[in-house]
Amino acid sequence: MSAARKRRRMDLARMPGAVAQGVDERFQVATPLRRLINKVYPDHWSFMLGEIALYSFIMLLLTGTFLALFFDPSMAETTYEGSYTPLRGIQMTKAYETSLNLSFDVRGGLIMRQMHHWGALLFMAAIVVHMFRIFFTGAFRKPREFNWIIGLLLFWLGFFEGFAGYSLPDDALSGTGLRIASAIMLSIPVIGSWATTSVFGGEFPGTEILPRLYILHVFLIPLILIALITLHIFLLVKQKHTQWPGPGRTNHNVVGVRMFPNFGMKAAGFSMIVFGTIALMGGLLQINPLWLFGPYRAEVVSAASQPDWYVMFLDGSTRLMPAWDIHIPIGDGYTIPALFWPTILLPGVLTILPMLYPWIEARLRKDRQAHHLLQRPRDVPARTALGAMAIAFYLVLTISGANDVVAEKFDISLNAMTWAGRVGLLVAPPLAYYVTYRICLGLQQHDREVLAHGVETGIIRRLPDGRFIEVHQPLAPLDEHGHPQIEYAGAPVPKKMNRLGALAPAVRGFFFPVEKPAPPTPVSPTPVSPAVAPAELEESREGR
Amino acid sequence: MSVDQHPRAGGAEGAIDVDDPSVPQFDLVRAGARRDGVEIVHYAPRFPVRGTKVEKRIERTIALLLTLSGLFAFGGVAAYIFWPFQYEPGPSASKLFTPLFGLGLGGALFLLGLAMVVYAKKLLPEEIAVQDRHDGPSPSDEQRMTSATLLNMVDETGIRRRPLLKAAILLPAGGIGVAAVAPLIGSLLKNPNDGHILLRTGWDPANNNGQKVRLTRADGTPIRPEDVSVGGQMTVFPGIPGGATNQYADSPVLLIHLREEDAATLRANIEKAQQTNSHPPVVQGMWGNFVAYSKICTHAGCPASLYEQQTNRLLCPCHQSQFSITNQAIPIFGPATRKLPMLPLELEDGYFVAASDFLEPVGPAYWERP
Repeated sequence: MSAARKRRRMDLARMPGAVAQGVDERFQVATPLRRLINKVYPDHWSFMLGEIALYSFIMLLLTGTFLALFFDPSMAETTYEGSYTPLRGIQMTKAYETSLNLSFDVRGGLIMRQMHHWGALLFMAAIVVHMFRIFFTGAFRKPREFNWIIGLLLFWLGFFEGFAGYSLPDDALSGTGLRIASAIMLSIPVIGSWATTSVFGGEFPGTEILPRLYILHVFLIPLILIALITLHIFLLVKQKHTQWPGPGRTNHNVVGVRMFPNFGMKAAGFSMIVFGTIALMGGLLQINPLWLFGPYRAEVVSAASQPDWYVMFLDGSTRLMPAWDIHIPIGDGYTIPALFWPTILLPGVLTILPMLYPWIEARLRKDRQAHHLLQRPRDVPARTALGAMAIAFYLVLTISGANDVVAEKFDISLNAMTWAGRVGLLVAPPLAYYVTYRICLGLQQHDREVLAHGVETGIIRRLPDGRFIEVHQPLAPLDEHGHPQIEYAGAPVPKKMNRLGALAPAVRGFFFPVEKPAPPTPVSPTPVSPAVAPAELEESREGR
Repeated sequence: MSVDQHPRAGGAEGAIDVDDPSVPQFDLVRAGARRDGVEIVHYAPRFPVRGTKVEKRIERTIALLLTLSGLFAFGGVAAYIFWPFQYEPGPSASKLFTPLFGLGLGGALFLLGLAMVVYAKKLLPEEIAVQDRHDGPSPSDEQRMTSATLLNMVDETGIRRRPLLKAAILLPAGGIGVAAVAPLIGSLLKNPNDGHILLRTGWDPANNNGQKVRLTRADGTPIRPEDVSVGGQMTVFPGIPGGATNQYADSPVLLIHLREEDAATLRANIEKAQQTNSHPPVVQGMWGNFVAYSKICTHAGCPASLYEQQTNRLLCPCHQSQFSITNQAIPIFGPATRKLPMLPLELEDGYFVAASDFLEPVGPAYWERP
């Protein structure tokens, strides 16, 4: 009896090992598993921006699945009899009715709707900021050009996915958005009218469009998104992460922490923070209160109807576009509507140009090398200025997308806002280019200055002959001319003096000290720049 | 005790005996990492002396975060189960259902994440690891052997010396490709010129058994001239079954009762346009001082419905196109290029009717728009 119990206990202790052995006998995971755990990730705050997009996407899949259980995209007419009294007895589509039911009659449906919407906004915002990071640090350079293109495709897929989702509830706002989308489709030369009637199954709005958008929104586009995200991450793992230049970091290694436990725990914690933020926003911040807008009717619209933020730049470009139809006097006469340029051509250019940018830059710089070290934006002024130019262009368009709101809130003439946008669109980007370029050069110069003369300490010293000089803390040993021998290495240059020899280190603890203060360090003679030879210092001291 | 102080095992993993049970665990970790091209160059516990006040404080902080996270989670669940959620008009407790549940769920997730990040940053050992990149192309012999294999694959088929087959393959390749997309395109394709859906609206008498279509309110009641006061306006729909629904989304019309002087201006402008033939087609569709314009913006199809009584303009709130009511609704600002079509008005039995359908297409422009 006791022997049996003993054997059983021993088996329990051995169990993890036995299971591991059994798994490895079948799948041979020991080597790949260890390799995965040992994979090194460099650490920098800017590397987490893409993670935000990934975690938002996971949240979108979860909340979206919940919503799909209760939503019906049918455009069949029905009379609302739900619990939201102001809309009772009103004719609407099943799509709008089930959206209202999700908001009022499904327990927790409203928070899921709001989390889904906030999650989508955060997803797109994270993608955009992540792309800024990639662009301004040169992370798109060889060998990562294709991951840059996948990222761009992810942005546009997210854009269409978001627009499809925005259109589904069939409230007054989403119907108006869809009406504009149909007009944009109509404006395509040659095939516009055929494409529009085919997509809508006849005249706008018809009864087909929402079910068609629905299958795109819940199946086709998410499927492509998942495939591209998987490829994006696979390429990231395969090509390994870029890193900032720094001590010991070269183009041929990755310096950081191993994936588990350090990186993994931080990433998992960060995912929870992103999930939590979306849940808090979904619970506390109202978004798209579609019961206030009423069902979509072709003759109803209100002022200040804005799309989601990531569509606003196209709304802005549409508002700023002058009324220039092009008429082609052949046969019965043909038209290229003014709407075509800002809504089809502009996004087309905005997709193609950045896609080709890695190769354009490589060709201009005659650069065929693979790059794994990031560049500080200041070190590549032309690229940084180009990026600033693009951001200025984008911002003018986005602000113009809400120019009626700006006009109303600041009591400016609406037409003046439109003209300001038209002029701003031409003036702001070159201005941004020039200013950014100059700032980059200034920052570069300051780095070189600190490297040559040391960090400004703010300590003024009086020399025996009466002169006052500021004490500089050099970053490297001095040569015979009193200058530090140090080259710029593409890494941040320290610009604050370290406390060695100046002040005692701060005592740790927020409300009360949690450790004993260190004994005051004796003040050592600080090297100065222009350096005074130590012997000279001694002399002057003795002379006193 | 910092582990990286250990003497290096000659830089080679072979220096330690992996099967020796007395080898410390971390030496095995380091040897394994080396085999993966990773050198752990610095590895030190955050707290070399165990159980200091600082370490205890951090442990307590993490424990507090975890406890709070759990409490928020259960609080959220309690709110979900017990708090009323049904909509009630006016201020009510149910308005707090979503914020309370969101606070519970979001707070729980956020605090858990915070605890994990604090744990990783404050308690996990300090570490610097360096991994070799092994980037660049494959070795050239590998490249050559693979390309030989690929080329051989083509040679094995012998397709190059069989031109008949080469040509014959093209046919099914193209055919099946077309056959694959044919059902999709064929079923979706819809001719816009079938029934002239882009040209005809609900005001076409054909929708009303050849009778002229009445102007009606959304509820279907017809409109007499005295229903619209001077300077007033009204959105009207074709008086046919479903005329006020989205089935006739291109049909809503704004009926405006102009003031005397504005009506005179409009009449003068129409007359002038008829002589100079600017902004074709010129429609004389007024009835008395009444005029009716299509509500569908000629730019992107939004309702151009913001009626500025003082300036006599119609403003589309989507992209701010502005149309002059007293000049055939021609665009005077913004991205729209064409005027809002005018619906010719008549009076029949004291009620407004449309004399005919619009004389030009309603709504946004397109390639073959006449």
